[in-house]
Amino acid sequence: MNSDSFNVENLINIGYLLSACLFILGLKRLARPKTAVEGNRLASIGMLFAVIVTLADRQILDLRLVGIALAIGAAIGAVLASRIAMTGMPQLVALFNGFGGLASLLVGTATVLMALDLKVTDVDDAMFVDKTFLALGALTLVIGAITFSGSVVAFAKLQELMGDRGLAGLRSFALASTTAIVATSLVLVLSPSPVWLWLVVAASLLTGVFVVTPIGGADMPVVIALLNSFSGLAASAAGFVLLNPLLIIAGALVGASGLLLTQIMCKAMNRSLPNVLFGSMASGGVVADADDVYGGRITSTSADEVAMIIDSAQRVVIVPGYGMAVAQAQFAVRDLMRSLEARGAEVVFAIHPVAGRMPGHMNVLLAEAEIGYDQLIEMDQINPTFERTDAAIIIGANDVVNPDARENPQSPIAGMPILDVDYATTVVVIKRSLSPGFAGIPNPLFAADNTLMLFGDGKAAVEDISKALAEV
Amino acid sequence: MTLLVALTLFALAVFLGVELISKVPPTLHTPLMSGSNAISGITLIGAVVSAGSEHSNLTTVLGFVAVVLATINVVGGFMVTGRMLSMFNRKR
Repeated sequence: MNSDSFNVENLINIGYLLSACLFILGLKRLARPKTAVEGNRLASIGMLFAVIVTLADRQILDLRLVGIALAIGAAIGAVLASRIAMTGMPQLVALFNGFGGLASLLVGTATVLMALDLKVTDVDDAMFVDKTFLALGALTLVIGAITFSGSVVAFAKLQELMGDRGLAGLRSFALASTTAIVATSLVLVLSPSPVWLWLVVAASLLTGVFVVTPIGGADMPVVIALLNSFSGLAASAAGFVLLNPLLIIAGALVGASGLLLTQIMCKAMNRSLPNVLFGSMASGGVVADADDVYGGRITSTSADEVAMIIDSAQRVVIVPGYGMAVAQAQFAVRDLMRSLEARGAEVVFAIHPVAGRMPGHMNVLLAEAEIGYDQLIEMDQINPTFERTDAAIIIGANDVVNPDARENPQSPIAGMPILDVDYATTVVVIKRSLSPGFAGIPNPLFAADNTLMLFGDGKAAVEDISKALAEV
Repeated sequence: MTLLVALTLFALAVFLGVELISKVPPTLHTPLMSGSNAISGITLIGAVVSAGSEHSNLTTVLGFVAVVLATINVVGGFMVTGRMLSMFNRKR
């Protein structure tokens, strides 16, 4: 009891307890606007503390090697974090998720390999490789590998390195590879050998690819939130293998908060998680023919006409979507907002929960353009106000303003909560063409009597409106 | 630590995690995600043990790579969250 190692271990565990408390306080404050900066700081102090405590552990024989790895990682992380443009944030979050998942995968692999070696060389330690340990090891490999490969695919999609759809056939492969995960894990547990370990990893990597690849861009907020949750669960699983309380606690906190965010995203689309992952949006309901919806009823407009309409407007609501991010139009939008405000109009932004490619995407972009967050109004608050709105300007959003979701029970998106922009006196839709959004259905809003279509690139169109407004 | 204790910690932490962020406003969805993502880089301390334990060349290499990746996740995650939050604060 009084041995030196016991005391060191005790100290380390007390250090981990302090770290866990800092993470909890950090997350709590990170979830409130006024304390978020402090929360982020507390969590990072908790992390620094955890690393220092771990380095003090006498199990660490080669401090120099660890130091080099820490320095390389810190340098790369710092460069990535300071260079990334806010429009690239979804990709970066996906990439970081992938790194975390891969790190957990490697830790799990190394730990299981060590255990397998011990069994061969040291008969007394054979009990160490018990079935529970191997099962937990396999679980770490599975979650870590799925997080990693799923995140890499999500990154590739967001970076537009790969296409968005048409790969629905991969879903049947996902079932096969999931079966392979269960089978190889069972064999690994029952007759432990490194070969099965690598097969578990391979099957899990493939599953991540097969599940995420067929998921379309508009469902990315759900996928990103889910992968975030998974990266936490992977860390937690690694904690079970290493029997490290801090890994278990911190990983579980992240896993739970990520799942909650996933649930919020699913609710905002009126879809279940299995439906997002394994179903396709247009699988139910009747898809109307685009010609029937649009035929002869589209009113095209010009920047000059839009300027004249909004010149006299008292209240203007701007509805941003993913198209605004793609066109990098947030600064042009900010300038338009300021010139409208200078004319005495009230300008606010309507933010749909799943607008963009990750939870909160629009908020980040508009914050970058220095638009105060009190001007970003959530769906439930803004919807009752559209009736007294003179002009709603929609920039690069489609399905989230489709009135069919509210009015047409036959529609594939029936029941999805939308922004009721069609109640505004005039609706201006800035869009490249009449091409459908992710749901693949026509939007009757575009053909409505009070809707004007301004075709063109989001940024150029908004700049043209600002210019025309200055000349009115 | 026994498996049962580990499971207890896990279950309690899951409930706590849900409670902690249950009323997060949409503005903070992204910073919360990237901040919590940085916390999930806690796997770093497992990686440090693996890299430093000199068990075999393979496990040392795996540990070394894991430390690099987890550190990218941690440092990058906290820094980018800080950058985002400072933008939110600019005009308030």
